[in-house]
Amino acid sequence: MYAYDEIDRTLVNERVAEFRDQVKRRLSGELTEDEFKMLRLQNGVYLQLHAYMYRVAIPYGTLASNQLRQLAHVARRYDRGYGHFTTRQNIQFNWIKLAELPDAMADLAEVGIQSMQTSGNNLRNVTADQWAGVAPGEIEDPRIWSEIMRQFTTLHPEFSFLPRKFKIAITASEHDRAAIKIHDVGLKLKKNEAGETGFEVLVGGGLGRTPFIAKTVKEFVAGRDILSYIEAILRVYNQYGRRDNIYKARIKILVHELGVEKFAAEVEEEWQQIRDGELKLDEEVVEDIRSRFFYPPYEKLPHMPDELKQASADPQFEAWRRNSVFPHKAQGYAIVTISLKPVGAPPGDCSAEQMDALADIADKYSFGEIRVGHEQNLALPHVARRDLPAVWKALDQIGLAIPNVNLVSDIIACPGLDYCSLANARSIPIAQELTRRFASHDTANLIGRLHINISGCINACGHHHVGHIGILGVEKNGEEFYQITIGGRADEGAVLGTLIGPSVPYGEVADVVEDIVEAYLALRARPDELFIETVQRLGVEPFRERVYATR
Amino acid sequence: MTSPLEQKKIKLTGPSIVTANRTWDGAVIYRTAANDWSTDLGRAAVVRASDEARALLAESVADDLGAIGPYIAPVEVDEKGKLKPGNLRERIRLKGTTIGVPALAQV
Repeated sequence: MYAYDEIDRTLVNERVAEFRDQVKRRLSGELTEDEFKMLRLQNGVYLQLHAYMYRVAIPYGTLASNQLRQLAHVARRYDRGYGHFTTRQNIQFNWIKLAELPDAMADLAEVGIQSMQTSGNNLRNVTADQWAGVAPGEIEDPRIWSEIMRQFTTLHPEFSFLPRKFKIAITASEHDRAAIKIHDVGLKLKKNEAGETGFEVLVGGGLGRTPFIAKTVKEFVAGRDILSYIEAILRVYNQYGRRDNIYKARIKILVHELGVEKFAAEVEEEWQQIRDGELKLDEEVVEDIRSRFFYPPYEKLPHMPDELKQASADPQFEAWRRNSVFPHKAQGYAIVTISLKPVGAPPGDCSAEQMDALADIADKYSFGEIRVGHEQNLALPHVARRDLPAVWKALDQIGLAIPNVNLVSDIIACPGLDYCSLANARSIPIAQELTRRFASHDTANLIGRLHINISGCINACGHHHVGHIGILGVEKNGEEFYQITIGGRADEGAVLGTLIGPSVPYGEVADVVEDIVEAYLALRARPDELFIETVQRLGVEPFRERVYATR
Repeated sequence: MTSPLEQKKIKLTGPSIVTANRTWDGAVIYRTAANDWSTDLGRAAVVRASDEARALLAESVADDLGAIGPYIAPVEVDEKGKLKPGNLRERIRLKGTTIGVPALAQV
């Protein structure tokens, strides 16, 4: 965990007071909606179909148990008893009243949670690998650099009115769990030949109407130079990024139109002018941030304790353990992923009662820490392996011992037309139906790793372009239709999926997905060939034939 | 923000209403014939011609304190004169989400 200092607390409290005054002026008529809209957006307040939606940042996906309890409190007191974890390490409350928002914001500020820049054309919440600091083999805890980046990007005066929103993600592992290649800037921690810590810098990724995979603009930027290099990128974007057309305003369009070499040259030229200035990071500054991260006092524990040996005789426990428990950097410990994808439920939703119970479980078994991942799941980052049976039972009591992590029913879905004012079609009911179709754990295990991503419109909040199976809702003559892509992925081998054919109506989507999965099972070269590998080997044609032969 | 009144021509495909969200809590509201707002679709003023629609929209937009984002939406009128939402989006806005909430949530 990171311990905020007095500067952070003052900043957050001042922001609450400022927003309270802005809301008061809006409700008195002193501010028009046109004047107020940008102010509320800068604080994560949207207007959706039914109500205001409040998006709260969970920087680099790290939550303390007391923070999760406070989120539960906000869900219960100001909303309808639940929250929705998003694909960018945020949580959204869907039913909040504008008049009560300042109070909700003040309650969250008590535990160091805020919502600055969770919407608007600015630098958004900096995200990171949800296993940061505990994943075996990572270069360094990426949250140290994420926190430096958070402080740098918060209320940065030069970049508060960018051409469009701007998202940064950081990873320090070979396996990319932070989806850095679909971000405006993706940073991958690495060491150079001299053993120095720095970053490979990727720019211009993004989904939406015009999807692109990010391109490497510099193979290595030393850690001490990363802020000046990011500043140089932002300056080039701020200068050349288009403000005349919202659909062409993201940095991915600029990189595409300039070409990555020309873009990199522009950045380099700017960087050379500022790299030795005030943004150069002293080691003391980095060390100060590093020292504010708390790491648990791990004990020396056995890898296979008696408790685990005994529990492994229970097939239900084993089913959960195989899919939910992952290696940890410390011997005798594990990372536990908590699926928020129960059969028939909206992906990423979590009730206030579940949040409270999870906070208790985290206190008892994970040194009071919870993580939030972009797949809309949670994780307990420091669980002693001897405690795994007890954690499983505790999760089961709140309906969250779901053994489907990374399987076909572990679906990413945006809120879609059930909540979102931008959506053309519903996402969540499609996800719900698919979880019912693939409710059998044996079937899901037989299929193996398969990521289904669903978006209710072309803005692609459900990351459909990079789903192994991607589903995009469109509207045709007032009816909901869905385009299906296959072969996308969001990890270190990120690639955009390929459309398999004409869109299908709402009622046929689950059938189509079943057809695709059946085709995969028939086509795979061996039982451990993953769906994505089969698509890469054979292309989309066999799947297209299977889906459309009888339609 | 571009005002909906800047549209040169308002095309109606059938009976229509003006709807928005209430400023203080974001609730779905409908413009009534009494120059007011109601959460009851049944009280919405129905327009059938573009001039009528423009006038209703104009008075709705003028109430910036009471409502956010007024727009014209289709509505169905049954044989008894009862109003029903004219598309899925408006059905969801009126009746709520088509999905369940988390198992342990208290609504």
